[in-house]
Amino acid sequence: MPAGCVDNVPPTEPLPWTVVSVESVFPQLEPLLPRVSKPVQYVGGELNATTKDWDAAAVRWCLMYPDAYEVGLPNQGVMILYEILNELPDVLAERTYSVWPDLEQLMRQHGVPQFTVDSHRPVGAFDLLGVSFATELGYTNLLTALDLAGIPLHAADRTEDHPVVVAGGHAAFNPEPIADFLDAAVLGDGEEAVLEITDIVRRWKDDGRPGGREELLLRLAETGGVYVPRFYDVEYLPDGRIQRVAPNRDRVPFRVFKRTTMDLDAWPYPKKPLVPLAESVHERASVEIFRGCTRGCRFCQAGMITRPVRERSIEGIGEMVQRGLETTGFEEVGLLSLSSADHSEIAELTKGLADRYEGTNTGLSLPSTRVDAFNVDLANELSRNGRRSGLTFAPEGGSERIRRVINKMVSEDDLIRTVTTAYASGWRQVKLYFMCGLPTETDEDVLQIARMAQEVIRAGREASGRKDIRCTISIGAFVPKPHTPFQWAGQCDPDTVDSRLRKLRAAVNSDRGLGRNIGMRYHDGKPSLIEGLLSRGDRRIGLVIERVWREGGRFDGWHEHFSYQRWVDAGATELEPLGVSLDWFTTRERDETEVLPWDHLDSGLDKEWLWADWQDALDEREQDDCRWTPCFDCGVCPAMGTDIQVGPTGRKLLPISPVGKGTPVRNPALTRS
Amino acid sequence: MEEEAAAIAVCRPRAAALVVADRVRVTRTDTGVALSRQHQPNPSDPPVQRIRLRYAKRGRVRFTSHRDVARTFERALRRAGVPMAYSQGFSPHPRVSWVGAAPTGVASEAEYVEIALVRPVDPGPLRQALDAALPPGLDVLETVVAGPGTLAEKIDASRWWIELPGVAPDTLADAVTRLMAAERVEVERLTKNGRRTMDARAAIVTTEGIDPTTVGEQACPPPTAQVADWPEHAAPCGILVAVVRQTQPVVRPDDVLSALRVVAGLVPPVPAMATRMAQGRLDDRGDLADPLAADRAASPEPAPAGADAPEPRQEREATGAGEQGPGPNVVAGPAG
Repeated sequence: MPAGCVDNVPPTEPLPWTVVSVESVFPQLEPLLPRVSKPVQYVGGELNATTKDWDAAAVRWCLMYPDAYEVGLPNQGVMILYEILNELPDVLAERTYSVWPDLEQLMRQHGVPQFTVDSHRPVGAFDLLGVSFATELGYTNLLTALDLAGIPLHAADRTEDHPVVVAGGHAAFNPEPIADFLDAAVLGDGEEAVLEITDIVRRWKDDGRPGGREELLLRLAETGGVYVPRFYDVEYLPDGRIQRVAPNRDRVPFRVFKRTTMDLDAWPYPKKPLVPLAESVHERASVEIFRGCTRGCRFCQAGMITRPVRERSIEGIGEMVQRGLETTGFEEVGLLSLSSADHSEIAELTKGLADRYEGTNTGLSLPSTRVDAFNVDLANELSRNGRRSGLTFAPEGGSERIRRVINKMVSEDDLIRTVTTAYASGWRQVKLYFMCGLPTETDEDVLQIARMAQEVIRAGREASGRKDIRCTISIGAFVPKPHTPFQWAGQCDPDTVDSRLRKLRAAVNSDRGLGRNIGMRYHDGKPSLIEGLLSRGDRRIGLVIERVWREGGRFDGWHEHFSYQRWVDAGATELEPLGVSLDWFTTRERDETEVLPWDHLDSGLDKEWLWADWQDALDEREQDDCRWTPCFDCGVCPAMGTDIQVGPTGRKLLPISPVGKGTPVRNPALTRS
Repeated sequence: MEEEAAAIAVCRPRAAALVVADRVRVTRTDTGVALSRQHQPNPSDPPVQRIRLRYAKRGRVRFTSHRDVARTFERALRRAGVPMAYSQGFSPHPRVSWVGAAPTGVASEAEYVEIALVRPVDPGPLRQALDAALPPGLDVLETVVAGPGTLAEKIDASRWWIELPGVAPDTLADAVTRLMAAERVEVERLTKNGRRTMDARAAIVTTEGIDPTTVGEQACPPPTAQVADWPEHAAPCGILVAVVRQTQPVVRPDDVLSALRVVAGLVPPVPAMATRMAQGRLDDRGDLADPLAADRAASPEPAPAGADAPEPRQEREATGAGEQGPGPNVVAGPAG
């Protein structure tokens, strides 16, 4: 046992149970609950949750978000798939989330398996375990759940009795680091993909499970839309780079393509959003107003892999908002997308909704808004009927130069103008998000963040006539992601990031008068380096993940649980014998010809276009948005057979008459004659 | 327990909870253009009616904290279409007044809350609509139109029913005798601000150990047994019934059990299950007076005229009739 492996070693021997029953494990779980923190997160009972008869279901999905309940429950992806699957009469879907280490320990002591919160059924009894990875930092939590469920960690060790483990979510666009633990991965939108997978599993079960697990996985793989890592062999060059990735079965295609759901109006999910008893990170009903983004920010994986833009219609949004309010009772509706103010009819939409819900204490929020698409009318509509929280913008880069590199072209003038208007209109607090460690970045680029924040305060004080306004700058370390122009970039090392952040703090405080109105929030660069390792890693990283997990790694997205040293040590132990290292995977810049671990996974983006865009970044050249200028050939639409779907439609949101008073729901039973 | 301490550290602060309501009124730009901020943001009609409710917290829902219940309740009010009055300002809240809530992990048959409405409603249909909108386990048992006085002044003690699986009734009876004989019993509790010591005995009015094998059908069955997921526990099971004053700091069922440990070394082998059976004002005989009795007597519920029939949209606004001040003097949140 290597050094550093002594403390907090979780037991990882085979667990003492096997799944023989699909009875609720709640009777075994319940006595443990008074002994753990926030037990309510494990009892289920959410409003709009579905429970179904186990024996009547032909195909049974367990959906997992591998983080704490409070983070996982509001996840839109899981909610949408949960509802779509449960709408099928012969399909059952339940949910499971990561248990905190306090409960994990008790579950191991008392032999309680990983359970779903819907009916407290053991996860190991399901046909499929679908895991949604929004971030790579959930990988160790996947291993905890598999182990607690009694599912072998390695896909190769699983039999027909174990669930098929399928990954989805943005991190699934490079699932190679967890390839050994997965049976399959799906790239892109899940709405139609889960239905097709369900059909294949149903048919295979109806046929009497011919060919066992291997045949089922082959049937999934040959569709071209489901990646089954075991059917691809990876060969390496002597210097550690990948030589090639090729299928090892005839029926398996060379490339796996991402899924794209077109016509969002045909998929108005979630229709009945889940409302937990416990508090969660998003206490609101969310309506996705469009999917995809072509602003072209070069750091943004989400914007690259979700193209093209597909808008939901204004009427479709209106219906979802009303149904969401009726079925949840939330006081706030979030209009979600990657850049919500960019919806072609955002002004009509926000005004229409604010009119409709006047007097009902219903707030609207746009979680992602660009400075250049925002204006005070929009702000006023948003806060008209509900609570007013702070305004948040993400200029991402401190200097004009670095914003050209990352192609986030918001000018400082735009920013100052927008926040000034906001302060003048009664907002007291503006939050600005930035990144540190971007390609080509110098100290000077980061120090400009301080100047910008000071300028915001100076202009804001003048406009509002008040001294007590605040500006909070929040800085995260940049992580290069697959399928972006920065996929070739060397990640900035944590020491450089930390040193720049120290200098920035000094610069913010250099002017005392302004500095006391500026808050600064940041994390050190170390967790980001590990995120970088997991983002751009290949199959060899699976060894590191497993070692970290065996040595107690859990909840790596939570700084109180994250241990940088554990990752560094595990990286050294597992990677050095292979001639590679943590640095090799993170801070090393790749060249044009290198085979990247995800090259066989097709996001639609043309690799040559990505390389050209990377060169444009280095030359500080901008790229416009194809919604307003001609197509620039990123490759997605022709490769995927898709097209941009945007308005304006010119249609209006009709008022709903009448809404209640003090509530958006009118209940005739409560009207006195 | 060190496990508990570690578990507490995992709660990371949430931005939303930290947003402080800003209470800005009018602002003008340099150019003198008035922006569309209203003088009084989010104006709400004044309350014209107050309703008091008794509700139960049963089964697995007992693991909710008071904050969980409050959020769930507010959402249910909106879903049920209850015409709630709101506070004003940039951060309006529905006017819901809570009286000391049962602690997390403890069930209850007798929780009380008061709500303020901008339009009068009949309490009967309100009870049904709200009960339907709440998750199973949070059950509205009674609604009455509020009369004079405040809820808080009608409640000063609780009766608890505490099941102790694995504790023999004799052992329990003996421990109870010792507890009641003691003058003062110091117990410790881990709070957010560290360890806190208090005298549990002073708040205890009566305690009684019950042997479930000797109580017949007429005895109160464990209320939680109404919920299907309640586990069957092995006999023996001692039952403790305690009437406890709502003092400051509050003495909870946990503290009563701690007191039994202190005086008699009684340590239940599995977690005890506590249910609040009643709240009210303590009378001379140690009984609790129903806090809704006066309201119920003052406003007999009118017979609802076919709640299902479509009704003309007429609002009987008693404008100005409602109190202008803030709600009744309330105790918010679980005390302690």
